Amino acid sequence: MPRTTNRLILAHIWVSVLAFGVAAAMAVMQALSRANLEVPYRSARMYYMSVTAHGVLMALVFTTFFIMALGYAVAHRENGAIKWPRLAWAMFGLALLGTTMAAWAILTFRASVLYTFYPPLQAHPAFYIGLTLVVVASWGWCASMIASWRESRRRNSGRPVSLAMHGTTANAMLWLLATIGVASEMLFQLIPWSLGWVKTIDPLLARMLFWFFGHPLVYFWLLPAYVIWYALAPRLAGGKLFSEPLARVTFTLFLVLSTPVGFHHQYQDPGIPAGWKLFHTFNTMAISFPSLLTAFTVVASLEIAGRLRGGRGLFGWIGALPWRDPAVSSVLLAGLLFMVGGFGGSINAAYTLNSVVHNTAWIAAHFHLTVGSAAALTFMGACYYLVPRIAGRELELGLLARIQPFLWFLGMALFSFTGHIAGLVGLPRRVFETSYAGAAQASAWQTLTTVSALGGLVLFASAACFVAVILGTLLAGKRTAPQMIEWAEPLSPPTDGFRAGLWDRLGLWFVVAVVLVILAYAVPLWDVLHLTRYGSPGYKPF
Amino acid sequence: MKVDLYERIWMWGVGVMLALFFGTLANASFRYGFHPPSHVETIDPKAVLKSPQFRRQGVYVDGGGAVHVSAVGLMFAWLPAALTLPAETPVTFHLTSVDVIHGFQIVRTNGQSMVVPGYVSQFTTSFKAGDYLIACNEYCGVGHHMMAAKLTVVPKAQWRTPADTVATPTGGAHAAHH
Ligand code: HEM
Ligand SMILES: [Cu+2]
Ligand SMILES: [Cu+2]
Repeated sequence: MPRTTNRLILAHIWVSVLAFGVAAAMAVMQALSRANLEVPYRSARMYYMSVTAHGVLMALVFTTFFIMALGYAVAHRENGAIKWPRLAWAMFGLALLGTTMAAWAILTFRASVLYTFYPPLQAHPAFYIGLTLVVVASWGWCASMIASWRESRRRNSGRPVSLAMHGTTANAMLWLLATIGVASEMLFQLIPWSLGWVKTIDPLLARMLFWFFGHPLVYFWLLPAYVIWYALAPRLAGGKLFSEPLARVTFTLFLVLSTPVGFHHQYQDPGIPAGWKLFHTFNTMAISFPSLLTAFTVVASLEIAGRLRGGRGLFGWIGALPWRDPAVSSVLLAGLLFMVGGFGGSINAAYTLNSVVHNTAWIAAHFHLTVGSAAALTFMGACYYLVPRIAGRELELGLLARIQPFLWFLGMALFSFTGHIAGLVGLPRRVFETSYAGAAQASAWQTLTTVSALGGLVLFASAACFVAVILGTLLAGKRTAPQMIEWAEPLSPPTDGFRAGLWDRLGLWFVVAVVLVILAYAVPLWDVLHLTRYGSPGYKPF
Repeated sequence: MKVDLYERIWMWGVGVMLALFFGTLANASFRYGFHPPSHVETIDPKAVLKSPQFRRQGVYVDGGGAVHVSAVGLMFAWLPAALTLPAETPVTFHLTSVDVIHGFQIVRTNGQSMVVPGYVSQFTTSFKAGDYLIACNEYCGVGHHMMAAKLTVVPKAQWRTPADTVATPTGGAHAAHH
């Protein structure tokens, strides 16, 4: 591998891992605080600042930087070089600048607005401008991915690109479409308003634009994990990919379906007629389909691996998998947690049941299984595979790496199980403390949040292991030659005449996605814009 | 495209499952009119406390005998701080905010709605007798966790119509769609 691409990838990994480490340290204090346990410097102001920092660093910084790193590694594997390396470096610098600006605003208590930043809570302009720079930088990454995909198509003259490149490109396109929402919110609403150029803002319009972006954001996190599950995990486990062509269809479906669903985050909002919410519910059910296909294909591929390794019987193949390899065990455990998270997701999406769980601790517990485990734990596992190969160093502290996924699983089981129950019995999310002046119903929450805090401690131990292993490897791992990534082979290899087909034409599907988005959003947005609306000035109660 | 038999079965299975999921939801909404709060009406947040609908907060009974609650969210309290309602009776809540976004949540019921400044939220539900906590479930600032009110639900027979029943509020000038 040319050194400069490796350095680019490692630069992204550094930012990602450091953001993760800081966010994990804040998280453990939050988990303790929510259980009404005294920790140093505990105060409400500190709590909400910390949840903002944790949410932004985990959900936006750790994920985005890792996803960009993985994308460059995929493109590099595809064509032997990435497209537009200078642009890529410039975008890295821009994203880092943006992150620094936002982090400064948050850590100096100027932006305790949480990672959803709903106005009329108003943060310092540096927060909004910083996050916008990160988004703009990610567009540069998208351009580089799409250019690499086109080059690979050209080089392959008619044969499809690798599955990993296909999935990564679908994700880049999905992201371009999704970020139109948040970029509009930032540029037309939040930034001018926080700078004082306009006096008021419409909070409902802002929420519509935010969730236009917010749900596909979920798939932006998840698709790179699916790339790893499909294209890497079967090989690491010693098997083959069960059905390659269907895996391609899956990624294409995500590109088409992931945006016209945002109202499922706004079921409880006024101002959006019920019929449109139901339409988004329908689309939400449709987008569960490719995830359920993924479940089948990935499990089937792992079964092949287990049987090739000598596993027998209905379930014997599970034990035969290489659980001692942290890159594999993290995928297996992430998948298990995701099964629970996925079912929770269809409960959230249920038009009717949402009235019980919306904005309770259930939701936070839910997304710690999805983005916080399915995506994050997979990314951690992938780091154990990628970082040594790209850095040209041996993995350090292998024992810690080996126990880390299991600690995460245990911690998340405690944290998330109790969180779901606490939500069902009514604990609101995002609260500094849960006693509600001794209200009878609030007493049911104390035991649950205490166990959840215990889960938080275990999670923190796991996070610390991960950070130690990666930093140890990067700084002190024994030097070896950098190696290429190896993708899993399909079970039935494509024949010579195999051509790229309809599902490979991502440009076409992008257009279909745009049409669906227009169907789902044009009328309700138009209607809101034509109400007699009263804006809100900014508030900074933090 | 060649798809393995087992995979085909799985695809049909999950397809049917998702269709059932959606079918039950569509059934609940079309047949029983069960929707999450989706009222469309705007209001000037600066004028809320002078508006006919929210000038007085609390419980009232309209001309047709239906029970309503009008409540206002502000940092960091619900107005009114205490409500008494009859059990097993549909109650319609009308809510708005004078400052930031709040979340009106009656703990351990399905009664909840986002409360967005500039908009009026509305939902209807009924309760079993008991004491309920009304929390705020959307972060609204440093006092978010202290924002609460009390709901007491008494058996229907013991419930007295509030003395100062306010006039039926109109749907507001901008009600639409609903
Ligand atoms: C070290 C392990 C972790 C622990 C102990 C932890 C714990 C917590 C806690 C206690 C909260 C506050 C919940 C509330 O007040 O409602 C929280 C919020 C959050 N967590 Fe984590 N978390 C961890 C890892 C992660 C990961 C890996 C991600 C995603 C990649 C993540 C994403 C989030 C987000 C986005 C929020 C903000 C939610 C909001 O604004 O309501 N967390 N976490
Ligand atoms: Cu969503
Ligand atoms: Cu609140």
